[in-house]
Amino acid sequence: MTRRDERPIEGALFFSAILAIIILGLIFVFLVKESLPIFSEVNVLEFLLGREWFPASFTNPRFGALPLITGSFLVVITATMIAVPIGIMTAVYIAEIADERVREIVKPMIEILAGIPSVVYGFIALVLLSDIVHSVFNTTYRLNALNGAIILSIMILPTIISIAEDSIVAVPKDYKEASLAMGATRLETIRHVTLPAASSGITVAIMLGIGRAVGETMAVLMATGNSPVATLDIFHSVETMTAVIAVEMGEVVFGSDHYSALFAIGLVLFVITFTINLIVDLAIHRKGSLRR
Amino acid sequence: MITTLDTPVLSRVTDKISFKDFNLWYGDNHVLKDINVRIKSNIVTAFMGPSGCGKSTLLRSIDRMNDIIPICRIEGDIVIDDVNIYDEDVDVYELRKRIGMVFQKPNPFPMSIYDNIAYGPKLHNMGKGEELDRIVETSLRGAALWDEVKDRLHESAFSLSGGQQQRLCIARALSINPEIILMDEPCSALDPIATIKIEALMRELKEKYTVVLVTHNLQQAARVSEMTAFMYLGEIIEFGSTRDIFENPQNELTENYITGKFG
Amino acid sequence: MKKKTSEKLVFSFLKAVAAMIVVVVVGLVGYILVNGLPVLSFKFLTKPPSNGMLAGGISSAIAGTLMIMILTMVFAIPIGVGAAIFLSEYTDKVDPRIIRMVRLSINNLAGVPSIVYGLLGLGLFVLFMGFRFSVLSASLTLSFLTLPVIIAASEEALRNVPMAYREASLALGATKWETTRNVVIPTALPGIMTACILGLSRAAGETAPLLMTGAAYYIPRFSGSIFKQFMALSTHIFFMSTQSPNPSLTRPIQYGTIAVLLIIVLSMNFAAIIIRSRYRRRFR
Repeated sequence: MTRRDERPIEGALFFSAILAIIILGLIFVFLVKESLPIFSEVNVLEFLLGREWFPASFTNPRFGALPLITGSFLVVITATMIAVPIGIMTAVYIAEIADERVREIVKPMIEILAGIPSVVYGFIALVLLSDIVHSVFNTTYRLNALNGAIILSIMILPTIISIAEDSIVAVPKDYKEASLAMGATRLETIRHVTLPAASSGITVAIMLGIGRAVGETMAVLMATGNSPVATLDIFHSVETMTAVIAVEMGEVVFGSDHYSALFAIGLVLFVITFTINLIVDLAIHRKGSLRR
Repeated sequence: MITTLDTPVLSRVTDKISFKDFNLWYGDNHVLKDINVRIKSNIVTAFMGPSGCGKSTLLRSIDRMNDIIPICRIEGDIVIDDVNIYDEDVDVYELRKRIGMVFQKPNPFPMSIYDNIAYGPKLHNMGKGEELDRIVETSLRGAALWDEVKDRLHESAFSLSGGQQQRLCIARALSINPEIILMDEPCSALDPIATIKIEALMRELKEKYTVVLVTHNLQQAARVSEMTAFMYLGEIIEFGSTRDIFENPQNELTENYITGKFG
Repeated sequence: MKKKTSEKLVFSFLKAVAAMIVVVVVGLVGYILVNGLPVLSFKFLTKPPSNGMLAGGISSAIAGTLMIMILTMVFAIPIGVGAAIFLSEYTDKVDPRIIRMVRLSINNLAGVPSIVYGLLGLGLFVLFMGFRFSVLSASLTLSFLTLPVIIAASEEALRNVPMAYREASLALGATKWETTRNVVIPTALPGIMTACILGLSRAAGETAPLLMTGAAYYIPRFSGSIFKQFMALSTHIFFMSTQSPNPSLTRPIQYGTIAVLLIIVLSMNFAAIIIRSRYRRRFR
């Protein structure tokens, strides 16, 4: 009878699949559990909008997370503004214009870019890029938001390019052929037919790129100077939400307010990326069923 | 050449597979309607009809391959050797061991020729080592493929031509020592020469096995089978000896199909 | 004429953009290798740091990274491939809403920042389960992190196995698991291996989660115990370039460490790409 009773195996496989839901739940549970204490000291609005982040002060610890939120915002938006045009242009080039041999070179290059660890990017930003930025823009702070934004843009390029390229390639050949048959040039076809048709996929590419940028830690940590100041000046040192957690968690007493505040920032981070991913997932799911 | 079901053959032939008021649905789609046929052993029974008439589905009901489709629902019985195969306590894996199936497109496993044939016997613990070698040889001989592959048993199955791959699949079906062989349009993906070889094989196979054939090729049904059923939109329109069906169809639909008025 | 020339200009511009990316990649990798390769020597790779981290080699970091990679895979591969098998082969036995939730979770987990995994590792493994700062806590955390990568790529490999193989196996009287084990998995194996190698390469390169679960700046003697703290290549780079007493003096060590990490990660990616392209050719 043992040949037929596959239920233990099926159960084990099922459990492996369910684990994904469990892990996601655990993340949420632990973030909330460990960040709850700080919200008895500070209310949510004070936390999110407070401009002063001095949690380590003995006499007057302040837990205003706004500098970290604006820090992330500044670096991410700037990086996106750099990476999106470059990424989409490259995606168009690879998908529509380049011949096979060129594609065989460029695509692996992008995969290499995607495979480089973030700490390596951080090192480059720290040691090489900051000097370049400093000499070009004559900045006051050697490590600043722009530095972080540039290295971050390089890091999210592979995400944007590969998903945008997939969407462009997925546009049915009939559309393109119909346009060309009417006498349009390749460029006109790309501008007026292909890109609009791929627009939802490209939007997804951008959103996932932003999500990736928001979550990046090491590169921005090593590149931006880690100064929690609420500013929109890209030449100023800033600190992102991800960096503050990594930097300060090593110095806190477990269970203290500072510890709890860092988890609270983690919770904000999680909510942001979770929302982005949820929107993307729902958009794809709807698009898929619309296609039928 | 149209074969006849004459008396000497009739006497050694028994009812092997019986459909009793058998109905099948895919979701809301009523695919098989009140099927009542008795398929006899040691002959070739052909099911023919236009696309979508349900003949493949009927074939797949015999070895319960429709079970793997979640929205499939059945009513009625299929009885093989006095056992209703849809009974609760029937072991479907043992059932499938007694029935060999050959599919429309040759589908050898991505393994060597030897391993393809040995797969079933190993699964059912039918032998090891030399015994297994013998089973492989017997199966390949049974499919008229042994001489062509005996020196390259460990090469990939994909190194064979389309027709050879299909004969490999037939050998694979034989390897588990079945009683019944189901063939779902086995020649439709093959060239005419390969088709001739497989039709010849079918005539040999009926000596030892019950062969049920689904085909959309009228002439093939006429050439190869002793009994033929004509199906249309999920129903058996007419069933009888091949000679009767082709020379003297009772139903107008059957006659139209045979004379090519539709198809 | 004007339309054609302006199109040519635009295309040339796009080509330049793509070329710029290639230059950046080659430049980055080249810069690291040019500065880092000269530092590599047998001594560098096999001796631990000395003289207050100002000299010596990186053997402890290499050993730490290797241990973590192996332990992470021990946890992540069975679960990841198991989940992929379930999603590919067994979904008709379960309520589709559960499957949808599983897929949604996997997609979301793929987007969770690595630092948040670090927080989970800290809260769950280090503190709640009491594993403290250790190779074990770090590996468990990284296995959660690499799970989405392994599941997604493995599932794709399994789905690419033609249905015809499964049907042939079932028709011979095999059960679902026998079919999966004897036909589906072996056929999908190259794709699954690619998935695991990509996951492994991620694990090797991660830094933030390690910082939160047990990576140490300096360990005098590496004990090899999974319950103790460790050094790793990724965290070593971080510590040396930002926390060490004299970063500019130890710059060569930093370049050397990065070179080693980069070589490990890129050769794994390279191996994955090769396996994947040979496997795709099999199905043509």
